[in-house]
Amino acid sequence: MTAAAVPAPGAFRKCGATGLLVHSRAEWLIKLNAVTAVVALLIGASAALLLVLTRWQAVHLLPAVWYYRLLGVHGMNMLIFFIIYFEMAVLWFAGTVLLNSRPAAPRFGFFNFGLMVVGSLLILWMQFSGKADVLFTSYPPLKADPIYYLGIILFAVGGLCVVGQYFATLVIARREKTYVGSQPLVVYGATTAAIIAVVTLLHGALVYIPTFLWSVGLIPAVDPEVYRLLWWALGHSSQQINVAAMVAIWYMLGGLTVGAVVLNEKVSRSAFVLYILFISMASAHHLLVDPGFGPAWKIVNTSYFMYMAVLASMVHGFTVPAGMELGMRLRGFTDGLFGWLRRAPWGDPGFSALVLSVVVFGFFGGITGVTIGTEQINILAHNTLRIPGHFHATVVSGTAMAFMGATYYLLPLIFQRKVAFWKVARIQPYLFAGGMLMVEMGMTFAGSFGVPRRHWDISFSQAAFDVQFNPVVDLFLALMGIGGILAVTGALAFILIAVKSVFLGEKVTEFPRGSAIAGIPQGLTNPPVHAANVDEINEQLHAPSRGWMGATPGTVVLVGVFFLAFILYYFTNWKLLSFLWKIG
Amino acid sequence: MLTKVHTGLEPVPGVWWKPAHKAEKIWVAVAFVWCMILFAMMPLWHWKGGQNPSGVRRRVDPKAFYARTVAFANQYKVGEDKGLPIVAPPAGADVYVTALTFQWYPILKLERGKEYTLHLSSLDVNHGFSLFPINVNFQVVPGYDYGLRVTPTATGDFRILCNEFCGIGHHTMVGRVIVVDEAGRTVSDNAAAAVGQGGQP
Repeated sequence: MTAAAVPAPGAFRKCGATGLLVHSRAEWLIKLNAVTAVVALLIGASAALLLVLTRWQAVHLLPAVWYYRLLGVHGMNMLIFFIIYFEMAVLWFAGTVLLNSRPAAPRFGFFNFGLMVVGSLLILWMQFSGKADVLFTSYPPLKADPIYYLGIILFAVGGLCVVGQYFATLVIARREKTYVGSQPLVVYGATTAAIIAVVTLLHGALVYIPTFLWSVGLIPAVDPEVYRLLWWALGHSSQQINVAAMVAIWYMLGGLTVGAVVLNEKVSRSAFVLYILFISMASAHHLLVDPGFGPAWKIVNTSYFMYMAVLASMVHGFTVPAGMELGMRLRGFTDGLFGWLRRAPWGDPGFSALVLSVVVFGFFGGITGVTIGTEQINILAHNTLRIPGHFHATVVSGTAMAFMGATYYLLPLIFQRKVAFWKVARIQPYLFAGGMLMVEMGMTFAGSFGVPRRHWDISFSQAAFDVQFNPVVDLFLALMGIGGILAVTGALAFILIAVKSVFLGEKVTEFPRGSAIAGIPQGLTNPPVHAANVDEINEQLHAPSRGWMGATPGTVVLVGVFFLAFILYYFTNWKLLSFLWKIG
Repeated sequence: MLTKVHTGLEPVPGVWWKPAHKAEKIWVAVAFVWCMILFAMMPLWHWKGGQNPSGVRRRVDPKAFYARTVAFANQYKVGEDKGLPIVAPPAGADVYVTALTFQWYPILKLERGKEYTLHLSSLDVNHGFSLFPINVNFQVVPGYDYGLRVTPTATGDFRILCNEFCGIGHHTMVGRVIVVDEAGRTVSDNAAAAVGQGGQP
């Protein structure tokens, strides 16, 4: 039975670049979710600009009420709307396009999309009308209008149903034999994200349904500590959906841009399984200095049961660059340790976004995250600007950057449009990543001096007692402010490119091999295909005579540098902790 | 023996459970050992280290906790600043601070090198205890009493910032902790916090 024989004929088109079959309904679902994600990004980025210009104390733009209000709007649009709509698009893409399959119940998919949009609009309505000034976390007893909680519940139900449809699509693809063998690794990663999403969204139901009932007066109270536990099982675990989706995209972009190979399926897939098993314990990262939990609980949970999820990320941190290195070496770029990097397609925004995402996520987001998520070191970091400094490195520089890189390939592949403003697109990843890195460094350093997060006025002009931060803090906040302006410029450039391409872009269905066309990433017109005798070359590269660094010596050096930075940062923080008052 | 060369976008035919390459194995082993070290550091610090967020933790009625704080403040009151009592408990005492929108009640006067059990809780919503400028941070949750054994190691005039959003006046919420030496002097070795603002302790 062939794939095209099952649904209505003509429902599929064959992709001009990859030869994959694309179902028209699935294509629509991908498009709708991706466009909505970009709209959310626009709202979130606009809020980001105003917020960063307020936290930059020398500018201090917004009044207090609007600072806190837009902080909630920013969190919702970036962490929930932008990322989850994009992930819905990723699920539809991985489940159908990469497996040559038809989508399960596409009409139900449109309905669920509608449900999520209605939920989003209710949330935004409440936030902008000042009926939900509870920030993103809405810790009770702070109380928002019931419609706000209802909006979140609708959004989550819609998302959960799409995840269910993704699993159904996997069953269809397997039953209709649309592919031979095991799922591609990228799909495996997307499946990991989907499984974590189920766990996450169920916690969302556990926390928001009682809170909704409390807000309408049907139950008397919500325990603030239980809420924090369950809310973060949603709030942090949902970031692990992002991690899994991001790593899947790393493998995808690696394959598309430089012909990155999978070194070993066993290692990469086992790492994804570690995510599924342990990553939901991360709720504890937010509760390390809370009164509700004892040391044993904190240690076991904050470490994902002995850092097994960290192990997984460190494994991907090796296999992704090593796969790229090997892919390049197999194609003849074998000179020296880093010839493969030097001769990589740095002008391809899909590639530069991939590398920037891997590097900043690993070096900055990963190292700071493990360090401040240590039970005792958290005393130095909890609720300071170090926290947003960390998670902007993971969620923005990591996930959002990877999503942007993927978009540069999805525009020609799915929307069948050339990437507009190609020259801007080629530098956009550098602008965005550079700006974000400044934001993250400014926040992290300022936070190290105790500057709180979520705070309108650290000059404390209206407070009973004076507080004067070390003057160097002003420098760090200026770094954050300037970086923020650059990063928002980068984000707006991305939005402009995406919108122009989708709605006014030049149609593209053919990808003539060997040509260089402005608006089409090089991976599509010059696909990084391997020679016919690639397996022989692979054997040679893996010859025992090449020593323990094997076929990927450049990556071995890079992870060595990473490891040293990790050790240094981690133990420096223990040293700083030892200077504090005695606390026990 | 090597896996057939393929990218992450291609389905994998046959059995993919194959031995990893040497460099990959080494990195997984190094990462695993590092993870064990990361894990061991936390129990180790409980055993050998001086800063742990353990404390004594119990549920408490917010109003009862506030009443206990007021009684404590009246018992050891030695002065007043900005309408708040300055409270100097004896070494080893149970010390109470209640967070409420938007103040920390009362002002504490502690002695360097002496241990106290500092009880933190909230009368209303979540607050964040952040001791300025030494940057010690704890979550303050209504309904939960967080009793931390603290020993100030330096004298000075400290502030308590609120670093958990607690309402639109959140950024005005600042409290005060004074640490004196054995002779009762606030020798300021704490340059960033201004000494002697408001009433003298």
